[in-house]
Amino acid sequence: MTGTTPAPQTPTKARRSARRRGRLPAWIDFGLIPLLNLAAALLVAGLVVLFIGENPLDAVQILVWGALGYGEGIGFTLFYATNFMMTGLAVAVAFHAGLFNIGGEGQAYVGGLGVGLAALALDRFVPWWVTFPVVIAGGALFGAAWAFIPAWLQARRGSHIVITTIMFNFIASALMVYVLVELLTPQGAMQPETRTFETGGQLPELGWLFAAFGLDIGGAPLNITLFVALAACALVYVLIWRTRLGYEIRAVGFNPTAAVYAGISTVKITVIAMLVSGALAGLMALNPVMGEQHRLQIDFVTGAGFIGIAVALMGRAHPVGVVFAAILFGILYQGGAELAFEMPAISRDMIIVIQGLVILFAGALENMFRPGVTRIYNVLTGPGRAPGEAKAGA
Amino acid sequence: MQGEDLKGEHTEAADRPPAIDLTGIDKSFGAVHANRAIDLRVAKGTIHGIVGENGAGKSTLMSILYGYYQADSGEIRVDGRVVDIQSPDDAIAAGIGMVFQHFMLVEPFTVLENVMLGVEGGMRLAQGAAQARRELQRLERDYALEVDPDAVVGDLPVGLQQRVEILKALYRGAETLILDEPTGVLTPAEADHLFRILRQLRDQGKTVILITHKLREIMAVTDTVSVMRRGEMTATVKTAGTSPEQLAELMVGRRVLLRLDKAPARTGDPMLELNGVSLTDERGVTMLDDVSFTLQAGEIVGIAGVAGNGQSELLEVISGIRRASAGTMRIDGRPVDILHSADAARQRRIRLAHVPEDRHRMGLVTAFEANENTILGYHDDPAFANGLLLDRAGIRGHAVERMEQYDVRPPDSRLKTENFSGGNQQKIVLAREMERAPKVLLVGQPTRGVDIGAIEFIHRQLIAMRDAGAAILVVSVELDEIRSLSDRILVMCDGRIIGERGPEASEQELGLLMTGIAE
Repeated sequence: MTGTTPAPQTPTKARRSARRRGRLPAWIDFGLIPLLNLAAALLVAGLVVLFIGENPLDAVQILVWGALGYGEGIGFTLFYATNFMMTGLAVAVAFHAGLFNIGGEGQAYVGGLGVGLAALALDRFVPWWVTFPVVIAGGALFGAAWAFIPAWLQARRGSHIVITTIMFNFIASALMVYVLVELLTPQGAMQPETRTFETGGQLPELGWLFAAFGLDIGGAPLNITLFVALAACALVYVLIWRTRLGYEIRAVGFNPTAAVYAGISTVKITVIAMLVSGALAGLMALNPVMGEQHRLQIDFVTGAGFIGIAVALMGRAHPVGVVFAAILFGILYQGGAELAFEMPAISRDMIIVIQGLVILFAGALENMFRPGVTRIYNVLTGPGRAPGEAKAGA
Repeated sequence: MQGEDLKGEHTEAADRPPAIDLTGIDKSFGAVHANRAIDLRVAKGTIHGIVGENGAGKSTLMSILYGYYQADSGEIRVDGRVVDIQSPDDAIAAGIGMVFQHFMLVEPFTVLENVMLGVEGGMRLAQGAAQARRELQRLERDYALEVDPDAVVGDLPVGLQQRVEILKALYRGAETLILDEPTGVLTPAEADHLFRILRQLRDQGKTVILITHKLREIMAVTDTVSVMRRGEMTATVKTAGTSPEQLAELMVGRRVLLRLDKAPARTGDPMLELNGVSLTDERGVTMLDDVSFTLQAGEIVGIAGVAGNGQSELLEVISGIRRASAGTMRIDGRPVDILHSADAARQRRIRLAHVPEDRHRMGLVTAFEANENTILGYHDDPAFANGLLLDRAGIRGHAVERMEQYDVRPPDSRLKTENFSGGNQQKIVLAREMERAPKVLLVGQPTRGVDIGAIEFIHRQLIAMRDAGAAILVVSVELDEIRSLSDRILVMCDGRIIGERGPEASEQELGLLMTGIAE
């Protein structure tokens, strides 16, 4: 009796099953729809560029060339992408537990304190590869600690994690200014920043690796944090889809009531997922603090925590998607800087507008094209030709 | 098909155009053909039942009539005129009203405010309200639909809330009233009252379409009944000229045993003992009040009661989902702490299994693949682990075995659970909970939303578990189910067990007990 028909009982249920029927193959879901979103964003951005009297096609060309056209551009693109991978992963892990962690910014900032303190303690005495595991632990620990309080408040007291994490971003900002200005800035220094780390606190750059392929990344601060980020992507995949903990995280995220029925503690899972999320955000600090500036500065996160939200949304909370989305935002970041330089009419703020449009279309309006694409797909495949689409019969 | 020759019996009403006349209604959702060339003629001033299994296409058809969907082809005539129904507004304009299974009421509003919602009339509320009140009083008088217009809807019992829904439809000028599974939430007495109202409506010239899967209701209240199966209208017959057996056969397409054959229970040791279990929730409302009973190995005890009288809370306390405020519990003679901690995993370890009442809300993670749901709650079993990781191949293999054994269709363990039909989802839950030969099995609504063919299967599985020595507690709002499955029946009302009866107790007797009238 396969192929019996769905029977919607109420309009809401009807709508839900209509959506269910509209399942799409993966190449549309993960390929075509993100590309459509991106195209729409670029189209609107192009109109804006046109409006201020510049040629949008030239602008696109400059942007792409600036990001990918030469070695140094690629180096910077990947450097930024590394930041976004870490913060994107952080948001993605929390998503799987049904939590919207928008505190990546603050967690990365405080994670930087862990990284900085570990580096300051060790850099004069040991080589970088001894410092390395310690700073990883420090960044993860401090980031996780900053996520713990909102997590605990959510799990135990029901305080909404969106509200608490965004508030913790502000607290982190104030805290870090205090710590840097009052405690860590060397006497007599003009800038609120720590002393520059010695070689034991500097991560190796990757110029040699690209040079092996005949590419000169010039002054780009691309460093081995890229590999930390890629390893984190792989580990997150294993955690979420291959382990019991990941199973429990997804169960809580999809259906907390069923999770409690299954004997899973939602309090425990909420806290653990946020700790992992905060740790990942905290690791982002490695890249600017130890890979680029070699010192801890005010505001080194520069919005990467927020871009992580868009990266996670666009990457559908899957590590592979996160990698691609992070590279896309790396391109926008680096290419955008180039564009602002080459086309004076397009200011730095315009670049932020364009990035905002991409975030809007890829993240917030993620489902805008879905119904239309689904309808077209259904028409093209026609009834009876969609394998696995039919509801199983009773 | 046996029903074909019964079609077209309606010619006698040819002098008046039918209230609703559907011809050739066809509707597909992607690959799924939900309605195939449906013809339906509902004579004016009759109660017309539509029966069919879950997924037969009843609700799709009614959603088309009420404007939620548009048919791919076909024609709708109301009182002989062709109408184009694009939205519920069009349906209301054509004189069609609908009462949904889940009420569409604003609970903090009064009855009057709910009735006039959307048709307030003018800028000034008071003016519209006065007019609405007059109209409401007329409707209540004409159809014996007494409800206090100033009562807050959230405070009313479900039976009265349903009356508000009916009033809402009538207030909007409905000549034809569609009711979708209206008795699911009602006590037998409330259902009888509803049927009286429906007859009154019919006698005043209104037309009623009743969608249900309960054959007893069809027999009790309808004049004509149409049977749907797999998207097709298989028969339309006069109720007086048919029998529940014939209707069941038309619905399923084969002969169905409505009675369950089972041997008397051979009971053993007490497996589940509850003593003075009480539960007061956060708001201070008593949900369970001094519940005590013993469940023995090898018996099925049914808990009868109107939904919302503490049955759900009882299952949740026993299964370790929530804590009790007082009382003690023993499983297989060993005390289990129900006061200080609630941990469903602990209960599972001492071999208590639980098929929850609501599989979507609790029993399944519908976004999971089927194989992931076959280990829900047992996912920390070392058998499913491969070192630190989950043994995914092993889990899938195990899932396919269980799915074949329980006849889950299709037996595709990688399919998302939400893409299985209700009956097959229920079988996934049952397979998971029954396969470990639990000592105590709690089953909430074993066959809710499950079609007749699968009901038979599920009931036989439960009897087989009982005969193998399991102690089974069944909670169901279907009295028929309780009576045919149980060896003993406990009746719950207001969080208390107010009586015990044998399975031979009559429906009336149980119904009175359930409402707390008789002790």
